[in-house]
Amino acid sequence: MNKPNMLNRSRNTWHTIRVWRDRLFVVGFVMSVAIGILGLAALLIDILADGLPYLNWNFISSYSSYEPTEAGILGPLGGTLWIAGLTALFTIPLGVGTAIYLEEFATKNRLNRLIELNIANLAGVPSVIYGLLGLAMFVQFLFGGSRNVTAGALTMTLLVLPIVVIASQEAIKAVPASYRDAAYAMGANRWQVVKSVVLPQAMPGMMSGIILALSRAIGESAPILIISSLVVVTFVPTTPDSSFTVLPLQIFTWIGHQNPEFRGIAAAAIIVLLGLLLTMNGIAIWIRNKYQVRPEQ
Amino acid sequence: MIRMASRHKSKYLIIAPMMLIVLMLIGCSGGGASREILIDGSSTVFPISEVVAEEFRKENPGIQIPLGISGTGGGFKRFVKGETDISDASRPIKDSERTEAAENGIEFTEFTIAYDGLSVVIHSSNDFATCLTAAELKKIWKPNSKVNNWNQIRDDFPDRVLRLYGPDSDSGTFDYFTDAINGDEDLSRGDYTASSDDNVLVQGVSGDQASMGYFGFAYYTFNRHVLNVIAVDDGDGCVAPSAESINDGSYSPLSRPMFIYVNNESLERPDVKSFIEFYLNNASELAALVGYVGLPEVEYETQLGLLD
Repeated sequence: MNKPNMLNRSRNTWHTIRVWRDRLFVVGFVMSVAIGILGLAALLIDILADGLPYLNWNFISSYSSYEPTEAGILGPLGGTLWIAGLTALFTIPLGVGTAIYLEEFATKNRLNRLIELNIANLAGVPSVIYGLLGLAMFVQFLFGGSRNVTAGALTMTLLVLPIVVIASQEAIKAVPASYRDAAYAMGANRWQVVKSVVLPQAMPGMMSGIILALSRAIGESAPILIISSLVVVTFVPTTPDSSFTVLPLQIFTWIGHQNPEFRGIAAAAIIVLLGLLLTMNGIAIWIRNKYQVRPEQ
Repeated sequence: MIRMASRHKSKYLIIAPMMLIVLMLIGCSGGGASREILIDGSSTVFPISEVVAEEFRKENPGIQIPLGISGTGGGFKRFVKGETDISDASRPIKDSERTEAAENGIEFTEFTIAYDGLSVVIHSSNDFATCLTAAELKKIWKPNSKVNNWNQIRDDFPDRVLRLYGPDSDSGTFDYFTDAINGDEDLSRGDYTASSDDNVLVQGVSGDQASMGYFGFAYYTFNRHVLNVIAVDDGDGCVAPSAESINDGSYSPLSRPMFIYVNNESLERPDVKSFIEFYLNNASELAALVGYVGLPEVEYETQLGLLD
């Protein structure tokens, strides 16, 4: 046993160490944040400086051209919106459905644990692999060689499905068990509980997950490079079997262009893509805040 | 648990089959009746096809011409299956690709549309290396070459480190350069800064006083102000790459022809035929716009004769 004064001294030393350790960590955290912010700021300033001079309505509303002054992004912008729309159409029912099954209906046996583990692993597979899979499965097998926007969207669906499933599972898990119990006590069956209690509660979390997943889908270039392979498209797709290209691919092509002026054009396209991503993330946050029903205490 | 019939159940259950039906409908119409002239292939030839397609569409706005850059080999893979109408190529079609096309019943016509002159470039402050012989280039670029100082190339060059930049081994430019200089495709030293992006090479060479690199003429044309080009002596004196020397064939051995291959079945379509006519009639002028060099006029005329 320590004497009381020993104990006090030891406490004081400990206190000083803890205060300093606390400060040290705060400095460390602030620095990590600063590195991220500075990197982002440098990127944004560089892109804005290069791209803003080229950014005007004409740039948005005209098609690709070999002349930098006439080049626009309407073709790939249309393709990107098609990809986002179709991917949403395929991903939402599949992803949400999988999450509901895994969380609400599946019994926790070995098989279902294996499925969940695999979904988590799928989220880490490099995107180019999905491109090759999509090329074999959708382009060659399903569509007989037609590299259309639906094949692109289905590939993107495979790519982002794990993200949607995991986000939706988390959202469902966050619904308090007492809500379900209350509904069961009222005589509801499992599907009614899911439809009327769990889904409305989990919807904001699911929506943010879905929109973040779609943001990922429109930012990807590697799988689309394999599926579409097109870099000059002078039309907006009008049907689901139309050929297409997307913004990241157009940016990639312009950066490699032999005329150095196209790097400014590429920067302008990056601004548009960033704008699109920020809008989507903004919508995700807005939906979450608007529909988040805080449980009354 | 008590099961209750829910009248909403069917509404939700119907979504999944509907999605399948949509997919199947699209699947049936896949490979559809769109009247596009689909071009894929070499990224080196792409700029010419791009500018020709754009000018052609100014006169024929109803015809869509999407272009891809899967590379010469990647483009041929699709072309021999009949997936594309036109394949851009920075080298002639290989026998294996020819066989595959024959197996699939694909017949095609080859057109030579322009020249490229691979340009050997150095830093803009380098004023001593103005001309190198093909043999000296081989000494530098051959496999296991130990040349890493300018004075190892020629005794009167200063004692200065030599750093090399070039395209990576997937590139058609690499294939052509190694074939022309080292005597065999793919034979090259490996210890140089390699990139598939020519702009990276431009940046590398223009920012390094000790540099030497090579890439297509177009990238030199657009970056003349930050690079010096080396004339090449193939036994008939020093010739620098220029529109004239590439056009008349005196820039040797680094001039290479570029091709388009057209599916004969597509060529019977009036839109494709008029596009090819337009291509051959305007390639000379339009190739120059994007940094390449046209053929002598008579060669276009001969090829136009093939169309009838």
